[in-house]
Amino acid sequence: MLAYLLRRILYAVPILIGVNLLTFTLFFVVNTPDDMARMQLGIKRVTPEAIDKWKQQHGYDKPLLLNSAASGAGKLTDTIFWQKSASMFVLDFGYSDDGRSISREIATRMGPSLAIALPTFLVGLVVYISFALLMTLFRATALDIAGVALCVLLMSVSGLFYIIGGQFVVSKLWHLVPISGYDGGLGGFKFVALPIVIGVVGSIGSSSRWYRTIFLEEIGKDYVRTARAKGLSELAVLFRHVLKNAMIPILTGVVVVIPLLFMGSLLTESFFGIPGLGSYTIDAINAQDFSVVRAMVFLGSLLYIVGLILTDISYTMVDPRVRLS
Amino acid sequence: MNFMPVILWSDALVFLLLAACLAGAWYIRQREHLLLPWRRVARSATAMVSLLVLSLFLLVGLLDTLHYRAALPESNGGATVYSPEVLSVFDKLVEPLRTQTEKTYSAPLALTLYAKESFSDAQGRVLRVYPRLKFGGVHLADMAQRDGDVVKRALVGALAGFAVGLLIAFCGAWLLLPSPASGITSDLAGVVPQPSRMASSSIRGIEGEGVQSKQDIFESKVRPTSLTPTLSRLRERGLGLPLRPMLIATLIIFTLIGITINLATAYHILGTDKVGQDVLYLSLKSIRTGLIIGTVTTLVTLPLALLLGIAAGYLRGWVDDVIQYVYTVLSSIPSVLLIAAAVLMMQVTIDTHPEWFDTAASRADLRLVFLCLILGMTSWTGLCRLLRGETLKLREQEYIQAAQAFGVSSFRILTRHIVPNVMHIILIALVMDFSGLVLAEAVLSYVGVGVDPSTISFGTMINAARMEMGREPMVWWALAAAFSFMLALVLAANLFADAVRDAFDPRLNRTGE
Repeated sequence: MLAYLLRRILYAVPILIGVNLLTFTLFFVVNTPDDMARMQLGIKRVTPEAIDKWKQQHGYDKPLLLNSAASGAGKLTDTIFWQKSASMFVLDFGYSDDGRSISREIATRMGPSLAIALPTFLVGLVVYISFALLMTLFRATALDIAGVALCVLLMSVSGLFYIIGGQFVVSKLWHLVPISGYDGGLGGFKFVALPIVIGVVGSIGSSSRWYRTIFLEEIGKDYVRTARAKGLSELAVLFRHVLKNAMIPILTGVVVVIPLLFMGSLLTESFFGIPGLGSYTIDAINAQDFSVVRAMVFLGSLLYIVGLILTDISYTMVDPRVRLS
Repeated sequence: MNFMPVILWSDALVFLLLAACLAGAWYIRQREHLLLPWRRVARSATAMVSLLVLSLFLLVGLLDTLHYRAALPESNGGATVYSPEVLSVFDKLVEPLRTQTEKTYSAPLALTLYAKESFSDAQGRVLRVYPRLKFGGVHLADMAQRDGDVVKRALVGALAGFAVGLLIAFCGAWLLLPSPASGITSDLAGVVPQPSRMASSSIRGIEGEGVQSKQDIFESKVRPTSLTPTLSRLRERGLGLPLRPMLIATLIIFTLIGITINLATAYHILGTDKVGQDVLYLSLKSIRTGLIIGTVTTLVTLPLALLLGIAAGYLRGWVDDVIQYVYTVLSSIPSVLLIAAAVLMMQVTIDTHPEWFDTAASRADLRLVFLCLILGMTSWTGLCRLLRGETLKLREQEYIQAAQAFGVSSFRILTRHIVPNVMHIILIALVMDFSGLVLAEAVLSYVGVGVDPSTISFGTMINAARMEMGREPMVWWALAAAFSFMLALVLAANLFADAVRDAFDPRLNRTGE
């Protein structure tokens, strides 16, 4: 088990290097720092001095890969690649355009992001699976068809509609919760309630349909017939056999997103004014703060790879046949 | 010439895609075994109704793709000067909608603007009143007449639309369906028994009409022309098309179009936006952007996924390792972030090279094409993985091994034996992706990494309307219009995609047919 984990972590390193090279190419080779400076400064104030000053302020006044002016190891380390890209491996993300440490911002903003994303994830899981089980129980009846039709309808609605519509009805018409804002602690409940509900409702269509497909695939198998032949009730078959056996495909899709919950949701956070990582990313994109976007890309892929490893571990927990070696 | 055709990059790609689709359709028409799953699609009522809706969207999108620049009236020294404004045939068709702009917001079917303005009357007193619109409902002398006029126009439009729909439905039925006589000859002389016809008659057999339909066919052989094409008889020969739902859908669609046209000539049906543009016009223009995002992206996804997926699965070894590495790296980055990073970089490139574009339209258009390119580059990994898995499975099949034993070259095995057998996966993936891409466009535009702000799209409409949420009374019409049009497009696409998946999925058991 330990050896397996070690190997998986070692396998993750080349992928992260790939992500790093990709972002480096995107941000520094496709467009040179000069282009970025020109863009940031606007058309009017572009003088060579202004560009140089901007580059120096942001630490872009170095050669890309090889600094021939420096000596010794400085040839490699005193470059943009080393200082801006390679340093991300030790989670040193540098500074954003307004001069704040990105690492500290990430640490403080993870809390609010999780406060929304984790409950959304957990409540969602329960709701989607129950709804899917219900449709499976009544499969091929009018209830099932109506459920699937509802799912298709719900998944055809834009995610923006749920947020805008929810804010309008719940906050503006009914005055149940504030439109936006955030507060830590228990007092924050009124702020996070609506985003969580909207997050759950927003993907009820696609998720429930997906779970239903998984359950229907399981219910056609032989062991289900055996269980029914034993005289088990349909409910017992569903919960004791089908749900358990459907765990592997469910975990494949679910566990991988758990670490990504830290990143928060772009849309929800920016609409509801939650000071999490999602709104941080959106603000960075709108302000064209490249160092923040770069940090987020790297963090996202890091968390995704952690999710993949977690998925493998979770298999051993639900399926005794799976051994990691 | 008083106009100059303009082919923007996205237009060229749309034409390319259209040509590919037509060529594909022609190829499939020749081959009965490829036609079979499509017949299954054609028998599904939801699929055909959603196809009708989709083709309506497609028509608007295509008309909006034929671009031109009109000649300016004053010619200097004989040389014609063309307007810098790039218009489309669709713009020309709905010219009143495009040109009749008000001052600012007005509610749907309103006669006055949304906000009060100050006027001084003859006595010099200052009045705060809602000013009348310049174009919406100007034919009415008295504002109280509006409701009656709207109802009257809607009714007349509905009737006219219904009549046109009926006419078109019967023309369509007459053109599409084989006439009784030709239907029989092909049945008797056909070397290949037509499966769908057999299937539909066997289905009817269950309903207890099978014998009768056989009789009908022979009767019609005796008197081939004198039959009135009643609905039930059409269904007998209609290739199993669900004619009744299609007829109802056509009538509803044309009635709605009739109402819309008759009202739109006199009012702003869906109101106007901040700069007074008709929201209906904006919604219709958005269709093209949505369709392009949904379809042109496949031009990037398809070749990448197909080539790399099949190469990885068939060649294995280091090729497989490299390709797997590339798609693992790409798919490990959360897609919104990757798209955002790429679009930001594209913006820098476009902004630092203003000399590449001669008109604002071509600049916005290139940004749209680049967005499709980026979406394609970030979304091919899923399909690639599927194709790799399927190829791995296929290459162990006996017929591939037999081909290898006969010394058939790898290239020929791939094109002849592997590609046709993974086509259904590609098709299902592409139709299923379409609706997701249309929805993604709106989200990306909100995040700020979508289409150019000057491009009319659902995303830019929603984004602009969102700013006015706080107003009292609320400006809801632009949001409602964008969301409803998007819902119609995406719902139709989803339903059609489901039918295609059901028809092409080999895992479904169809021995009963």
